Amino acid sequence: MGEASAVTMAAPPWQRWRSLAEAGLPFAALIVMLAVIIDIRPAVFSYFGFTLLFKLTTPLILAALGQMLIIMLGDIDLSNGSFVGLVTCITALFLTDNPGLAVAAYVALVLAYAAFGLLIHLRALPSIVVTLGMSFIWLGAAVMLLPAPGGLAPGWLSGFMDWRPPLLPLPIWAAIVVALAGHLVITRSSYGTILRGTGDNPRATARAGWSVVAIRVAVYAAAGGLGVLAGLTLTGLTTSGDANIAPAYTLIGVSAVILGGGSFTGGIVSPVGTVAGALVLSLAGSLLSFLQVSPTWQVGAQGGILFLILAGRVLLREVPQ
Amino acid sequence: MSTVRIGPLLPPWSYGFIVAFALWIVTISATGPSRAGGTLVATVAFAAFSVLVGTGQMLVIASGPGNIDLSIPSVMTLAAYLAMSAMHESDGLVFLGLAVALGVGVVAGALNYAAIALLRLPPIIATLAWSFVFQSFAIDFGGEATLKPPPVLAASTTFRAAGIPILPGAVVVLTLIVMVVLRRTVFGRSLLAAGQSERAAYLAGVEVGWVRLWAYALCGGLGALAGYLLAGFTGGAALNMGDIYLMESIAVVVLGGTSVAGGDANAIGIWGAALFFNLLGIMLNTFRFQAGVRLFLTGVLIIAIVALVPHARARA
Amino acid sequence: MDLVPPGDEGAPPPPPGVYLAVRGAAKSYGAVQALRGVDFAVAPGEIVGVVGHNGAGKSTLMNILAGTVQRSRGDFTIAGKAVGEWSPHEAQRHGLRCVFQELSLCGNLTLAENTRVIHRSLRGPGWRRRAGTLIRQQLDMIFPGHGLSVETRAIELPIGARQMAEVARAFTETDAPVRCIILDEPTSALGHKAASQLLAYVKGLPERGIACILITHRLDEILLVCERATVMVDGKVVAERPVARLSRPTLVGLMGAIEAPHLPASAAAQVAGRPPVVDLPGRDSLDLAIHAAPGEIIGFAGLDGHGQRERLRALYAYSRHRHRQGRGPAVAYVAGDRGAEGVFGLWSIAENLTIRSIRTLRRIGLISREAECDLAREWVARLEVKAPSIDTPMLSLSGGNQQKVLFARALASDAEIILLDDPMRGVDVNTKQEVYKLIRREAEAGRCFVWYTTEVEELTNCGRLYVFREGRARTELLGAEIEPARILETSFGGRDG
Repeated sequence: MGEASAVTMAAPPWQRWRSLAEAGLPFAALIVMLAVIIDIRPAVFSYFGFTLLFKLTTPLILAALGQMLIIMLGDIDLSNGSFVGLVTCITALFLTDNPGLAVAAYVALVLAYAAFGLLIHLRALPSIVVTLGMSFIWLGAAVMLLPAPGGLAPGWLSGFMDWRPPLLPLPIWAAIVVALAGHLVITRSSYGTILRGTGDNPRATARAGWSVVAIRVAVYAAAGGLGVLAGLTLTGLTTSGDANIAPAYTLIGVSAVILGGGSFTGGIVSPVGTVAGALVLSLAGSLLSFLQVSPTWQVGAQGGILFLILAGRVLLREVPQ
Repeated sequence: MSTVRIGPLLPPWSYGFIVAFALWIVTISATGPSRAGGTLVATVAFAAFSVLVGTGQMLVIASGPGNIDLSIPSVMTLAAYLAMSAMHESDGLVFLGLAVALGVGVVAGALNYAAIALLRLPPIIATLAWSFVFQSFAIDFGGEATLKPPPVLAASTTFRAAGIPILPGAVVVLTLIVMVVLRRTVFGRSLLAAGQSERAAYLAGVEVGWVRLWAYALCGGLGALAGYLLAGFTGGAALNMGDIYLMESIAVVVLGGTSVAGGDANAIGIWGAALFFNLLGIMLNTFRFQAGVRLFLTGVLIIAIVALVPHARARA
Repeated sequence: MDLVPPGDEGAPPPPPGVYLAVRGAAKSYGAVQALRGVDFAVAPGEIVGVVGHNGAGKSTLMNILAGTVQRSRGDFTIAGKAVGEWSPHEAQRHGLRCVFQELSLCGNLTLAENTRVIHRSLRGPGWRRRAGTLIRQQLDMIFPGHGLSVETRAIELPIGARQMAEVARAFTETDAPVRCIILDEPTSALGHKAASQLLAYVKGLPERGIACILITHRLDEILLVCERATVMVDGKVVAERPVARLSRPTLVGLMGAIEAPHLPASAAAQVAGRPPVVDLPGRDSLDLAIHAAPGEIIGFAGLDGHGQRERLRALYAYSRHRHRQGRGPAVAYVAGDRGAEGVFGLWSIAENLTIRSIRTLRRIGLISREAECDLAREWVARLEVKAPSIDTPMLSLSGGNQQKVLFARALASDAEIILLDDPMRGVDVNTKQEVYKLIRREAEAGRCFVWYTTEVEELTNCGRLYVFREGRARTELLGAEIEPARILETSFGGRDG
């Protein structure tokens, strides 16, 4: 019986390959998309071309990582996009002339996120409803501050977003750095392990002496912090504030997390995969225009790409049985 | 789990009505009693559309945790476009248009469920991806243009019999029918059983898959119906006509006392929440508050209501 | 029944240097008294067995010691110091570890990462390697030849391997030395070999100064490794004896067990010759086909988690499919995991009871409220469900009464095949006897029961048994062969185990 159990208990090698292939899906999609684009327009394959191609990805990646933290706990954040919009308004209105006020506002927003996390935890509320309410609050606050798009990003911020670092364009550096940081903190670090464990089985981590409330609050605060960073970088790119600039971030962020191998059941998320997922989704539009898909079908084709990649995962999971 | 109980145990669905009533009183105290009726009629007319989409969303949400339909806005638009093009502004073809709209909605709902069941996608992702596809179809059929409804359709959505607007009346009847369906039919019971516990429902002989398929198909159908009528009501089908209903459909369901944990549907409560939603807009307009205040207060009230209203059940 | 108050002449003198002690510990959940004033102590390096029926309060007591449940009353001292508020973190700092009955590994984490979860000092560079080494060495020590990779995620492991990992994890040491381990049914999911490895390891703990509290239904394990046994009944300690002076029958007597009456296996003979209503082929040549005829009560025996439930599920899916195609009789399923698979928590008794039968309660398309109430009333009366009315919310019933409603759901339906999935968990003795009678009556009326249970005594109600081992139905037992010793022997695989 000893030998028999040893055989059944060790994960078979094909299973390891399969999970590798699964994790690689968004990257494969990214590479295929890039290859197609470069094939059509070789000029893209340059520092300048990539700068343009990836220009708008940085804020989306940051927002998606914020969403990922919430999904890691088994929750969902429907307010992510309007939160980013609110941050652009605050940044464009105050950061230039009254940086102290702007920073105080950012801190207050992060604290508000933490407070909503606490509320969700203490009252055992469904996160989807509370964050839906939050999305109205952020949007309302943003519209009150800035009824029409306007304001001006401070010069240093726009300057930074236009910066041309050596070797690779800024958005690619940003993606790499952020993915690496996320990987180290969430996937590799000992504390990230506790966070992921709590998402899967909060009772188990509570029994091991960890405070699940504190974890919930800290993770919501971190998600708020990433939302602030996303709003800052977005203002730097667009140079003005707009309450309605980023509502799509919410659902694109959720899609990026799922594309990157995450799951709504909690505990299963991949920062590197999420970054790749966000890149895939933001590249989809460019790819389709390079393919001369009429603007009519570009939105629909994004849906198609989502289906294709996720169907690929289902196939990988089911077929080799 | 402890719950803070407020009031003498009012049912969760009643809070929307109470808040709506309070808002109505505040509004007419500002505008004077002469406008009370007019405010009410306008609110009810708009609320009817929220109730239509909300009822569909409720069926989906009640069918189990995680189930949600994000494709409602694009289904509304697509159905409205296709129905309007089928009718060519001709009064004789109103019923053909209706059939087209309903057909589009039911097929869209079935496609949503197919993606969930066959590709094992989370409903959020599946319905979102389909909504992109439906949106493209809508653009393809209608472009950026506004397609006009036949005069009869436009007239019928605002028609009044003996001073009572017909359309909201019909939606009230629909709400009553849905209530009976949920309580007294095999479909309704099966839906609520599947929503409470998929495994328990399966082991109790419920056809979980079929029930969910029907929930999504009905949701699509109701969204399409709302799109068709809204095109008549507002004078035409436009590309972004459904956008506000994405979040609103979820909000009215939740505020109406339906639990996002599934298995607990409340059709009448949607009316309360929908009246509240639309009255809030009218009230803040009356007081010349800007749109931001309305959104902000909406958010605060959503969170306050879910946080304070006793839960339908304590989660074990 | 021989009720011995604690502290009688049979109790050993309080050991020198008590490591952990509670006095008058009590816990109530609302009106329910889970623990009614318990005295309990463990000396350093002592191995204490705790036995008692389901709901006797063993797990509550252990949860209080482990800090996962706060006691309502009572004193608690650990290493001579009085304890006020107690938490899992505090318990760990004092070297007290607990392996809970339901597993508490995080499925998405590897075994190494799961080890990190209970050790705060496993952090900083190289923590992953250190955690891996720690858990691998411990596994090697307790379960030599385990064949587990510490880089496997817990969810990918079969339940037995998960239990091995969890037990081993509890013994790992970093900054705080382990002083006492609480093991709550540690062998329930383990194979025969792993279980004996664990017991051998536990027996060696006193030499290393580690105390152990072992809770188990398997009385032989208590007799094998423990120095002292504590018997609990109804939230109280009724006896405390050195094991040297105990035997299996005395233990059973102290627990106040009521021996299930053994039934003549006449049912099987009676129905021979009728065509089977259940006929499910095995998975391979080693796996017996399951067949059953109307009027039969078939049992699925074997150690917990050896494929009985999976086969019952397959049987359900298969019979349901055939019935839908009009090729077989209707089937109903009585779930044992009430919370997850049986009860609809938002509904009343009536709605819960009739859900399986709503199709037949329709009048002109709508479910008739009257017909529904009649059916519910009839079965609530027949099963003597104790409830104020059929409109009472299901969750306000006690576990046993909820289980009766689930039985009624199946029996009130048109099903001819009824599958029972360990349905007596947490049900009191009297209810059990009533339900046994009912099952026999219904079988005599021509229904066919397939019954999976983990309680060996219960299987004596069956006319025929399939004994499962490693996912397959390996042995068939008939009539007089159905008795506990024989069932256990075949469960472990007889001579070839």
